Amino acid sequence: MTEKHSLTLTVNGQTRRCEVEPRMTLADCLREKLDLTGTHLGCEHGVCGACTVIVDGAAIRSCLMFAVQAAGTEITTVEGLADGDELSVLQQAFHDNFALQCGFCTPGFLTTAETILKENPSPTRAEVQSAISGNICRCTGYVPIIDAILEAADRRRKGEK
Amino acid sequence: MTASSPYIGRSVKRLEDRRFLTGTGRYIDDVKLPDMAVMAIYRSPHAHARIRSIDLSAAKALPGVIDAFCASDITMALPLIPLRLAPFKGFERFLQQPIARDKVRYVGEPVAVVIASDRYIAEDALDLIEVDFDPLPAVTSVDQAASGETLIHEDAGENMGTRYTVGRGDADEAFRNAPYTRRERFTTNRHGAVPMETRGMIAEFDPDTPLLRLHGATKVNFFNRRHLAAAFDLPEDAVELIETDVGGGFGARGELYPEDYLVPIASRRVRRPVKWTEDRRENLTATNHSRDIVCDLEIAATDDGRILGMRATVQGDMGAYVRTNGGVVASKAAQFLPGPYRVPSFSCDVQFLITNKTPVGTFRGPGRFEANFCRERLLDMVAADLNIDPAELRLRNLMEPAELPFRIGELVPGDVNATFDRGNYPSALNRMLDEVGYADWKDRQGEIIDGRAHGLGIACFIESSAAGPPETARIAVAPDGSIEIRTGASSVGQGTETGLAQICADYLVVDIDRIHVLHGSTTLVPSGGGTFHSRNTVMAGNAVRKAAEALRARSIELAALRWNTDAAGLEYRDGAVHRGDGGESVLSLTELAAFARSRGPDEALAADAAFDNEGKLSYSYGAHAALVAVDIATGVVEVKKYVLTEEIGRALNPAMVQGQAVGGLVQGLGGTFLDHMVYDQDGQLLTGSFADYLLPTSTELPEITAIALEESPSEFNPMGFKGAGEGGIVAVAAAVGNAVVHALNAHGIQINDLPITPDRLRAALRAAGA
Repeated sequence: MTEKHSLTLTVNGQTRRCEVEPRMTLADCLREKLDLTGTHLGCEHGVCGACTVIVDGAAIRSCLMFAVQAAGTEITTVEGLADGDELSVLQQAFHDNFALQCGFCTPGFLTTAETILKENPSPTRAEVQSAISGNICRCTGYVPIIDAILEAADRRRKGEK
Repeated sequence: MTASSPYIGRSVKRLEDRRFLTGTGRYIDDVKLPDMAVMAIYRSPHAHARIRSIDLSAAKALPGVIDAFCASDITMALPLIPLRLAPFKGFERFLQQPIARDKVRYVGEPVAVVIASDRYIAEDALDLIEVDFDPLPAVTSVDQAASGETLIHEDAGENMGTRYTVGRGDADEAFRNAPYTRRERFTTNRHGAVPMETRGMIAEFDPDTPLLRLHGATKVNFFNRRHLAAAFDLPEDAVELIETDVGGGFGARGELYPEDYLVPIASRRVRRPVKWTEDRRENLTATNHSRDIVCDLEIAATDDGRILGMRATVQGDMGAYVRTNGGVVASKAAQFLPGPYRVPSFSCDVQFLITNKTPVGTFRGPGRFEANFCRERLLDMVAADLNIDPAELRLRNLMEPAELPFRIGELVPGDVNATFDRGNYPSALNRMLDEVGYADWKDRQGEIIDGRAHGLGIACFIESSAAGPPETARIAVAPDGSIEIRTGASSVGQGTETGLAQICADYLVVDIDRIHVLHGSTTLVPSGGGTFHSRNTVMAGNAVRKAAEALRARSIELAALRWNTDAAGLEYRDGAVHRGDGGESVLSLTELAAFARSRGPDEALAADAAFDNEGKLSYSYGAHAALVAVDIATGVVEVKKYVLTEEIGRALNPAMVQGQAVGGLVQGLGGTFLDHMVYDQDGQLLTGSFADYLLPTSTELPEITAIALEESPSEFNPMGFKGAGEGGIVAVAAAVGNAVVHALNAHGIQINDLPITPDRLRAALRAAGA
């Protein structure tokens, strides 16, 4: 269990290599081995959604996946959402709608919302509400987050990136 | 300040957001220091037990383990976690030491600590610790505690933390002669703040320097520094508390806890930086719980519903020890029971009972949420008994503007001057009634629409803000023109940086983009009051205002030196000092900062200020309404619509104010329906994960209208601010409880206990034959 495995992943477009114990979660690997601390741990048992990252296009709770299971995958974390200094449309919409306060759950909402909008570029309000129901936010009461995701969908349909 | 005030009052986008949106915030678990070890805590699996022996040898032998210790390994005198708020006499018998020595008193109490090279190994080592416990009967209710049959702290000789009676007027006399009285028992269930980020800290303790640096601090850093310095026998300036980004506080985060002592002890033992990160299971047993109150409330009134008096007994379940602010919950519940109403006589017996549960502390709106639920539920019963419309009953009893300010009496021992400031309570209620369409609904209570029973409930509240010690701010302009604010106040994620920058920008008449805000750490300013009781905008905001005013004066003083002229002819406007009526000569803040620097290393364009509220609190107030639909067959309640008004004096940033109201309201829905710390009779917490401890999610949202009223600016600060952080949560259970009762009026159901769950509601409906 403590024997190390070498692991190659593509994270935010870059090839990353590290040595991990097979029991190390993907979340801990990202945070501890790759210094990508934008992915946050809120419960470590797959309920709160704070640690959500995008693995091969799917929103995954990185606390429930072992790092070794992610070998060879393409991963996007919150650090990979902006285009250089330019916030993504979704990030900008969160900013414009006051969709974050303490910011701790925000990375998980952003990664979840990215995958929602990819699968369904024109979600209804109810669809957004349902799609983010696995992510917990204690500050905002969700309303501005839903507004932000809907606004981002709208802006993306109008061609903003 | 210019008349136009381009930032204050506008929904300025938050300065904090970029780092949070890009994953570059620095929360405590993101911080890594060279040579850092991690620690994990072995916590009591028993609610009440004697410790016979502790064997750490197997844990210590595990490769990767650096050290392990328990109470008997600690050579210093074990400190007691101090009382910060509500330090009532008697509590001193129930204070907690950071680690259990002979006895454990709640599930989750620290027993031993392991320090290892990584978290995985540290947790492996916990499994190798052997503790021989001798279990004792657990005390899990206030009644059981009051009986004293099982003593939790034997030396105290009782389980009553303390007990007192407060009041005003002659309540017994009022009740003797009252045409109408009613008495009910209410309970608000144990739940807690549960921020998304669990607690954590890193200690760097060099006993030789000596220096203790503690990263991950927040809320009341200067208070905490004072007590940590005393505990470790260090001068205060040898202790530094460093604030990182904080993932939510809501009252629980930043108080002194056992870990605030254990992590430094660990660091001192291994002479390395040591990090501790609470996991969620720990969080649910180790971080303060709250709200756990039983309240017997009795009301006396005239036949037309005018309140003559209230009598109450409030029993607070304190958990196993009295922590820093544990006394707040029951004491504030008692103080706020009469609420914004004309209650000529009031008497309350307040009891603080020790049980074998996690110690309690504050959670957003402490005591207010509880008091409002009890009082507003009872008022609706009065309205029904006397056949008066609930809104009319409230309007008859709300204090009128002419009755304010109102000295409420010594309803918390020692708080002799508490005074509701000016306001217009009926106006806030009427605005809510208009907004929710009360006139249309009041005759439709219980109406069945699409198979579900509908009801509209209302509640009024009043809530204090901006208490506590003075707050400090320092503003400095650098020669590159950037402006730095430092304050002793903390941020727990509510947008403090943005709000303070708005004030500074307006008072210096500069672009907000030049400003950045540093907060909380004890290394930034010599003193600070901290962040609690909805006080940042009022206290830190006014400290920033005063510092900006002082900086304007300092600018003129420097310009006079630079121009070798009399300051009297100089004027500060548009972010610069101007000479002469035509304003032809101008020195910008940037130029003045450079000039100051050129005069010597001790010269700067900077100013310090402190703001003291001189004990005068601002009270926000308002009204809530909930429209619910109840499924009779399942007991499931949907809150369809929610309207609240909250008088906050003046909105610094309306979007952030809205965020506080909506966020608080949704948290309140959790406290009404979901959040519940369930203990079994052995004192085991049955809700130790997010699978069992339920929090509101995005699917449970009503249509929300939250209205911040600015009709009654605070008299106690020139910007007129009142606190705005808690009005969203404080009356939620009250309004929703009333709504559910109205919806079920055909069945005669009463809601006296929280949470309102489908199984409880079904049981009540079944008993009523539905």
